[in-house]
Amino acid sequence: MLEIKDLHAGFDGAEILKGISLSVNAGEVHAIMGPNGSGKSTLAKVLAGHPSYQATAGEVLYQGRNLLEMDTEKRALEGVFLGFQYPVEIPGVNNAEFLRMAYNARRVHAGEEELDPLDFDEILDEKMAGLGMEAKYKNRSLNDGFSGGEKKKNEILQMAILEPKIAVLDETDSGLDIDALRIVAGGVNKLRGPGNALILITHYQRLLEYIQPDFVHVLSRGKIIKSGEKGLALELEAMGYDWLTTTNA
Amino acid sequence: MAENENTVSDVLDDKSYKYGFTTKVEAETFAKGLNEDVIRAISKKKNEPEFMLDFRLKAYKKWLTMKEPAWANVHYNAIDYQNISYFSAPKPKKKLESLDEVDPEVLKTFEKLGIPLDEQKRLANVAVDAVFDSVSVATTHKKKLMEVGVIFCPISEALQEYPELVEQYLGTVVPVGDNYFAALNSAVFTDGSFVYIPPGTVCPMELSTYFRINTEETGQFERTLIICAEDSSVSYLEGCTAPQFDTNQLHAAVVELIALDNADIKYSTVQNWYSGDPETGKGGIFNFVTKRGKCQGKKSKISWTQVETGSAITWKYPSCILQGDDSVGEFYSVALTNGIMQADTGTKMIHLGNNTRSSIISKGISADRSSNSYRGQVKVAKNAKNARNYSQCDSMLVGDKCSAHTFPYIESANSTVQLEHEASTSKISEEQLFYFESRGISRENAITAVINGFCKEVFRQLPMEFAVEAQKLLTLKLENSVG
Repeated sequence: MLEIKDLHAGFDGAEILKGISLSVNAGEVHAIMGPNGSGKSTLAKVLAGHPSYQATAGEVLYQGRNLLEMDTEKRALEGVFLGFQYPVEIPGVNNAEFLRMAYNARRVHAGEEELDPLDFDEILDEKMAGLGMEAKYKNRSLNDGFSGGEKKKNEILQMAILEPKIAVLDETDSGLDIDALRIVAGGVNKLRGPGNALILITHYQRLLEYIQPDFVHVLSRGKIIKSGEKGLALELEAMGYDWLTTTNA
Repeated sequence: MAENENTVSDVLDDKSYKYGFTTKVEAETFAKGLNEDVIRAISKKKNEPEFMLDFRLKAYKKWLTMKEPAWANVHYNAIDYQNISYFSAPKPKKKLESLDEVDPEVLKTFEKLGIPLDEQKRLANVAVDAVFDSVSVATTHKKKLMEVGVIFCPISEALQEYPELVEQYLGTVVPVGDNYFAALNSAVFTDGSFVYIPPGTVCPMELSTYFRINTEETGQFERTLIICAEDSSVSYLEGCTAPQFDTNQLHAAVVELIALDNADIKYSTVQNWYSGDPETGKGGIFNFVTKRGKCQGKKSKISWTQVETGSAITWKYPSCILQGDDSVGEFYSVALTNGIMQADTGTKMIHLGNNTRSSIISKGISADRSSNSYRGQVKVAKNAKNARNYSQCDSMLVGDKCSAHTFPYIESANSTVQLEHEASTSKISEEQLFYFESRGISRENAITAVINGFCKEVFRQLPMEFAVEAQKLLTLKLENSVG
C-alpha cells in the first residue's frame, strides 16, 4: 500500500530525514518510535504534504503512484489521513460543518452525492457516541478551546468519518489521561481492517499496550536504526533509546 | 482635450441659459480648479433653486477656512484640489456588442463572483435585449414605488420636483461645515440619491442604486439623502461586489439619513472600488466618506451594514445620532485590506435620548502589507438616562506584514449607562489551511469557511443574495494573500 524508498526530506534546507525506507501493506499496523528530534513528526508531515517540508531525494509510492507529486488535498481524497500531534484551533468554523465539508469532499471525489446536514448528523451522532464525545462538541468552533484530550478525540472522530486507507497518527497518545487513551485506542482499533493500514508515531510504549502493532521501527537522527516485531517496543521501554543510539553511533 | 473643456465664464455667460438649459454646448467637462464661480456655474447648469446655491456657497466659504484632517491612521500624498474638474455632465459609456469584447480578466472576476450573465452584461456595459434593460426595470419599479408614495430619484431631480423636502432636511445631519470632505462635497456635489418614505409605509422593495435611473455617472462627489417618516421603514443597498473603476482618484461622498418616530432605516454597502496597483497603490481610489444618520424620532432605528473591500484609502465612519427616546443605532462592518491598502473606519454612536441603545460589531481583516484601523466613539450625554452600548471589535491578520489597530473612544457623562467593549485578534495561518487541505477540503473552501466564520455576525445582516456575493468577494480577495 505504501512504499517509502530512501526518503530524504527536510525543512528550510536542513535535512531531517536521511534515507528512510519502509514498506506498509494493507491490514498492517506499524509503530514508529524514537527520541525527540529524531524526525518522527517530519515523516508524518512529509507523507501528508505539509508545504513547509520538502522531499529532496528518494520516493514514496502510494498504491503504486508517486505520492510526493500529489497535492495535500488530493492525498486526503485518495485516502491518506494525518492525525495531528497539535490540532490547530479554528475559531468561527463550526465543528460539525467542518466534518461534513470533509466528508462531502471525499464523497464528491468518489463520484457520490453530497449528504445534507440532517443525514450527515445521523452518521456523526453514531461516530461521536462510539468515542464517548458529548454532543456539545458538534456545535463548538473547530478545536477552539477544546482540552488536549478532546482535540485528540476529535482527530480520531475525523478518522472514523473519513475512513482512510492509510492513517498516520502523530503522537495521538500525548496529552491523554489513561481513560481518554483507552477510548481513543478503542476508536482506532475499531477502524483496523484487512483493507487499511496504520502508522502510529509515538514516543512511549504506553499506546502500544492498547493498539497492538505488527511491526515496530526505531527512528534516530533521521534513519530507521532498528526494526522488529512488537516485542521491540517492550525492550525499548525497559532499556531506553540510549541502548540503541549509543550502540549504533 | 482643451477645446472640449468649457470655461466657467462660458457657462455663466451662456446667453442660451435664460431659455432653459440646452445641450447645444458640446463640451461636458469644466476646466480644472475650484472657486466661487465654479460653484455658481454648477448650480446654474443644474438649474437649482436659490437655497441650493446659498447652501453650496456657505459650504465653500467654510471649506476655505478648514484644514484637511490628519488624525486618521492613513498616509498619502497631498491632494491638489485645484487639479480636479468639479463638473462632469453625464456621458454615455461606450456600448459593446457582446461579452466577447470585454477584458477576459474582468470576465474571470465576474465568473468567480457568480454574477449572472445579464448582470455581467449590464456591468460591462454590453447592450442587453429590451426585457432585461435596466432602464425599463427601473421604470417598472418606479411605478410600483409611486403607488405607495415612495419617492426614489436622483437628488438633482428631487431639487426640481420636491425642493421643499430637500431644503427641509439637507444638511441637518451633516452640517455644511462638519468636516473638510463633507464641506467640499456640500459645495460641489453633482448628484446622488434621494429617498422619501411617507408616514406609515413599509417600502415594498429593497431600494438599490442599481435601480436608479441616470446612474451612469454620479461623479466623485455623491450626495444621498434618505428620509423615513413616522412608522415607516426602508432597506437601502449601495454598491456592488464587481470591481469598480474610476479615473477620479478622490471620492468624497456624503450620506444623510433621517428617521422620524418609529421609523426604521437599514443601509447596506458593499464597496469594491479599485484599490490600485498591489505593489505601488497607483491609481487607487481615495474613499473619504461622511455617512451619518439621525434617529430624530422616538423608537426610531438606524442600522448601518458595510462590507468594505476596495479603495486605496478608506476614511469612513457611518454614525448614528440617537436623539429620540428609545431609539436604536447599529453598526455592522467588515473591512478587508490587502496589497498596500489603508483603511481607517468605524462609527460614532451619540446617545442623546433616554433608553437609547447602540451596538457595534466590527470585523477587520488585513492581509499583505495593508493597514486596517477601527476607530469608534461612543458618547453619552449627561441627560441620556439608561443608555446602553455593546461594542465588539475583532481583527484578523493574514501574514505577518500587515497591521491592525483599534482606537475605541468612550465618553460618558452619567452613571446610568451600561457600556461593554470586547476585542480580539486572530490569524488565518498556513497551518489552518493545511489542516483543511489534509482533510480533502480545497484551499478556496477553507478560506471561505474561516472568513465566513469570522464575519458571520455581519453577513447575517445583509440581504441574502448580497451576503453570498460578499462571501465570495472576500475569498477572492484573500486567495493570493494567504501563504
